[in-house]
Amino acid sequence: MIPLQLVAITLVGLGGLAVVTTRDPLRQVLVLGLYGLALAVLFVVFQAPDVAISELVVSSVAAPFIFLAALAKLRGRRRE
Amino acid sequence: MSRTARLALFAGSGLVLAALLVWGLTGLPAFGDFQGEYGWILNDVAGSERHVTNVVSAIVFDYRGFDTLGEEFILFAAVMAVALLLREARDERERPRDEVRSEAVRAVGLSLVGPTVVLGLFVIAHGYLTPGGGFQGGIPTAAGLLLIYAAGRYRAYRAASPQWLLDAAEGVGVAAIVAVGIAALLAGGLFLENVVDLGTKGTLASSGTIAILNTATGLAVTAAVVLLCHEFIEEVMYPE
Repeated sequence: MIPLQLVAITLVGLGGLAVVTTRDPLRQVLVLGLYGLALAVLFVVFQAPDVAISELVVSSVAAPFIFLAALAKLRGRRRE
Repeated sequence: MSRTARLALFAGSGLVLAALLVWGLTGLPAFGDFQGEYGWILNDVAGSERHVTNVVSAIVFDYRGFDTLGEEFILFAAVMAVALLLREARDERERPRDEVRSEAVRAVGLSLVGPTVVLGLFVIAHGYLTPGGGFQGGIPTAAGLLLIYAAGRYRAYRAASPQWLLDAAEGVGVAAIVAVGIAALLAGGLFLENVVDLGTKGTLASSGTIAILNTATGLAVTAAVVLLCHEFIEEVMYPE
């Protein structure tokens, strides 16, 4: 295992921990996006660039999109 | 159950689980030691048998094409279920206006639309040549369209992805895969067998039905992701 791969694995481990220890949903969405970025880096250094592209877009665009939409809807309802 | 008893139960079961995990870890093959014989065989033969330079696509759309058909229908069913639950007759109401956002968000968002869509289309088009394919390329293409909305241009986003076009693209994409399978049957082959001329390896005109199935998947995935996010956007844009 090359050092870069070790760094990527460590980042993913720390990122996962950061996601579950973040309690505020809005912040959690952003941390989840960063965690996805770490996963994408992991896939690149393990020579799976195609998976990295999907991971990057799913975790930094599509998933936050749906979560933020749901959060916005919930906040709107709470205000009424 | 008291707090002490619960903690004791957790400590006991936690220790057993940890022991099991460590025991399992020691039995794992060494790092980088791949034991899938089938994978090595396909790595050797896919290039000459199917004229592809990306073996993953040959597996997904040819050797394991039937599995991909199933995956395609899972995605299709999931999107249809979301649409069934969330879609309402909204068209009679007035279209919402674009919310005023910061100029920086608009500028960065809109300048990313073009490159993201082009990247997605590139990844789809070269699915059987370089890493990527219909699944991997469909998601960036859809994300590019969604960026128009994220940049605060709801109307432009609606114009770029009208409902009828999304519905048609999703249906056509999934149906094309079944159609290719049936066409292979009619041509005297097996269902989803690669019966088309394989062309020159390493060029866009290669890999036979893999190219067709790859493009159909790209279309279906793009439409599926946009449709899925679209239903959520509508929920936000039309508050009850």
